[in-house]
Amino acid sequence: MNMASPTTPLPAAPVAGTAANAATIVNAPGTASPARALLRRRRAWKPAEFLFWGAALLAPLALPRSMLLMNEIAILGLFALSLDLILGYAGIVSLGHAAFLGVGAYAAGLFALNVSADPLAGLVVAMLAASVLGFLSSFLVLRGTDLTRLMVTLGVALLMFEAANSWRSLTGGADGLQGITIDPVLGLFDFDLKGRTAYLYSLAVLFVLFLAARRMMGSPFGLSLRALRDNRLRASASGVGVNGRLVLVYTLAAAYAGAAGGLLAQTTQFVSLDVLEFHRSADLMLVLIIGGTGWLYGGLIGAVLFELFQDVVSAATPQYWQFWVGLLLVVFVSGGREAVHKTGAALRQRVAALFGGRRA
Amino acid sequence: MREILHVERLCAGYGQAMVLHDIGFSLGEGRSLALLGRNGVGKTTLVNSLIGVTRRTAGTIRLGGVDITGFGPEKRARAGIGWVPQERNIFRSLTVLENLTAVARPGPWTPARVFTMFPRLGERRGNMGDQLSGGEQQMLAIGRALVLNPKLLLLDEPTEGLAPIIVEELLKALRDIFRAEGLAAIIVEQHARKILKITDDALILERGRVVHKAASAALIEDADTLQGFLGVARAAA
Repeated sequence: MNMASPTTPLPAAPVAGTAANAATIVNAPGTASPARALLRRRRAWKPAEFLFWGAALLAPLALPRSMLLMNEIAILGLFALSLDLILGYAGIVSLGHAAFLGVGAYAAGLFALNVSADPLAGLVVAMLAASVLGFLSSFLVLRGTDLTRLMVTLGVALLMFEAANSWRSLTGGADGLQGITIDPVLGLFDFDLKGRTAYLYSLAVLFVLFLAARRMMGSPFGLSLRALRDNRLRASASGVGVNGRLVLVYTLAAAYAGAAGGLLAQTTQFVSLDVLEFHRSADLMLVLIIGGTGWLYGGLIGAVLFELFQDVVSAATPQYWQFWVGLLLVVFVSGGREAVHKTGAALRQRVAALFGGRRA
Repeated sequence: MREILHVERLCAGYGQAMVLHDIGFSLGEGRSLALLGRNGVGKTTLVNSLIGVTRRTAGTIRLGGVDITGFGPEKRARAGIGWVPQERNIFRSLTVLENLTAVARPGPWTPARVFTMFPRLGERRGNMGDQLSGGEQQMLAIGRALVLNPKLLLLDEPTEGLAPIIVEELLKALRDIFRAEGLAAIIVEQHARKILKITDDALILERGRVVHKAASAALIEDADTLQGFLGVARAAA
């Protein structure tokens, strides 16, 4: 047996043809172009997207009496977008996302009551407050299984609920924050009773934050998040910083949820413990189940369908509407979802074909 | 010749089970090493120890002169280790190009260069990872390790489960990769003769220990050693 000492360098061998072989795979000019082209394609707007946002912008003309409902849809859409950032892109399940919505709502309400009634400044404060909570609690979801994360996130939301309930001097307890007034948006647009300004303000905030999310999720950062979701060890062994990315996206999602909470507080001019209730987090899961995860429009479309369904059913059967929402959940999760998504995908492809796009 | 990898008296395993005992070897810049041995002798465990997912009880690992013994997988990848796992582990929800772009780091290996090396991948750049054949997945796994622009490339049984014609194509590509730009490589393979033809050096493991080191060119002629440690029949030569 030819046993060399444990650290003896291995024998050298001729490396004939090195240059020739290297030349066959030499780097061509503009080698980074496929990656750049990919990013450009991802950032390019598809016709269906113009349709979606155009319809949202023109909705006040078509449905002038439904502004309040549409405002709720825009806020729920932003809230769902926030959960999709962590669930759909990073694979972090959460049953406590209402914690961030609630913190954002209370921060915006308290800011308006005690500091300034400027809506944009209040929105920034709401996002900051929620992102601080998101950053601190992100370290709790880095490890463990999905079940652990569900329990941890639920626990954080329960803690926030009880804190808000107990700290009456600050939050108003069960009575909530009352007497909130909000200045006109940009000093020009007053919040009216019909909800027109509220809707357009929420839509504008949703659009700006959506654009930012779209840009981020189409970048190498977004791709690496999806790689993490697919296979954490493999991504880690490819040099993808797992913990840093998860902390960042969790904090970002919290800021988005905080913005949704801020909008809710500003446009309703009231904050109560309801913003921290469990049903807020549970509804959100249903919205994403309906709209689908891992694509940014899933939360928005889910929010539209969920709110419309809830509105129709609650008008038809005011006492039992939750029964129908529950039934919808059961039917969707039990198999109807795939059928609906397949139909939706087929529809999207047809729409995209009409407008010359590759796919919707 | 600059030393890329230096492993000294490494003992490692999983949980309470020690698989590797007193492993030591070094690998220079531009050198390729065939890691050989029968099933269950510790080849994959050695690769896993190099990427940092086993439990180490003794020994050190240095990469390019830096002690990476205490580094986790992420830090080791950043230090310059590219890993092609046995299971390939393609990111299923990403396209071929996205699989490369998601992990690419600055350097001479770019997605475009990977497509030059594997034109078939370039043709399927828009396909999802789980829509690829076994051979294409293996090419993608290799490409994904290359775009990290590593100093050391680890390949764990890259030809396993592939059709002979794909194996030939892959081995040719690997030979070109090994000879490009001073990349050091370790390739784990059960089929010794296939891999000895494209590597510089060889190392045989048995029961978690290094039992033989030789130049690949010498080992391929050493029928007694191949038969003794690997059970490679003379007729197969």
